[in-house]
Amino acid sequence: MARREVGEINAGSMADIAFLLLIFFLVTTTMDVDSGIARKLPEKTDQESDVIVKEKNVLDIVVNRNNQLLVENEYVKVTDIKRLAMNFIDNGGGLGTPIDDKPGEPCDYCEGARDPNSSDHPTKAVISLQSDRGTKYGMYVSIQNEIEAAYNQLRNDLSLKRYGRSYDSLLQDYNDNPTESLKEKIDNLKDKYPQIITEPEPIK
Amino acid sequence: MSKFRKGKKGMPAISTASLPDIVFMLLFFFMVSTTMRETDLLIKKPALPVASEVKKLEHKSLVSTIYVGKSKDTRIAGDKIQVNDKIIEVKEVPNFIYSERALRKEDEVKFMTTSIKADKEASVGTILDIKEQLRDINALKISFSTSKGNDLSKNY
Repeated sequence: MARREVGEINAGSMADIAFLLLIFFLVTTTMDVDSGIARKLPEKTDQESDVIVKEKNVLDIVVNRNNQLLVENEYVKVTDIKRLAMNFIDNGGGLGTPIDDKPGEPCDYCEGARDPNSSDHPTKAVISLQSDRGTKYGMYVSIQNEIEAAYNQLRNDLSLKRYGRSYDSLLQDYNDNPTESLKEKIDNLKDKYPQIITEPEPIK
Repeated sequence: MSKFRKGKKGMPAISTASLPDIVFMLLFFFMVSTTMRETDLLIKKPALPVASEVKKLEHKSLVSTIYVGKSKDTRIAGDKIQVNDKIIEVKEVPNFIYSERALRKEDEVKFMTTSIKADKEASVGTILDIKEQLRDINALKISFSTSKGNDLSKNY
């Protein structure tokens, strides 16, 4: 048996292989960014204060333990909530909340139907979400998401009209580079469409 | 001009033989760091619901996470709550938040957020109980942890 001389293996391509692997892992690494729907819980007060809210200013959403939905006593699907909520919030059928003794003014930026039987003003429109203890969490999050989507859409629309750019892009810019003028715009939009969501005691 | 040409003639090529080693080192670092986890789950890994309107949680150091999901033992029904490395009852949630607060500076406490990582099959009752406990101790900023997506129909 003749022993043949084996030439040295060229290791030049080793770097390429390693780079390829490196880039693959770089791309697939997720640093586990936690994201979710942000909510602020209402503060607990000592005395129970009864705030009187007109029936027409409340959008009643009820979900039962079979994950079925009632909005204003009508059976609907989750995907309908965004539209219904937007119509309700943006209705603008009456006067807004009085600020500092000044009487409330009608909503001049609403584009809703101005139905006198629906909400008066975005600052008065309350969304009430009543769930059952047995409702699935996934359903609950979906509803919260749709409500959030409705508010975001309305803020986006107004932002496009007022400032020529979307609310999302304002928020993003503010994150990268917080300036006073951006903050003012964002706060203004938030004031125009404040999120008023109430969650009554769950159905037992 | 002439300087460069001269250099080219005389200098030997830089050996790239150690390049693979450097790259491999980086590679191993990333391979190892991808598997790092903060807590070991004692419950079944929660399948997070999907949502489209998500916000990223800023300041990770100010986030305390509560996990809600089914027990690993299939014979045990109901939702279990896990914080850090142990399973707790709903009424122990305030204690957890207090201990989290004790780790932070005083002026940071009001920016603390509680992230609820719950399984989409969990019942709302458990979540509402946790929310009630958080309200009691004035931990008002919460976030329902979700994965980002547009198809919500898998949630229910």
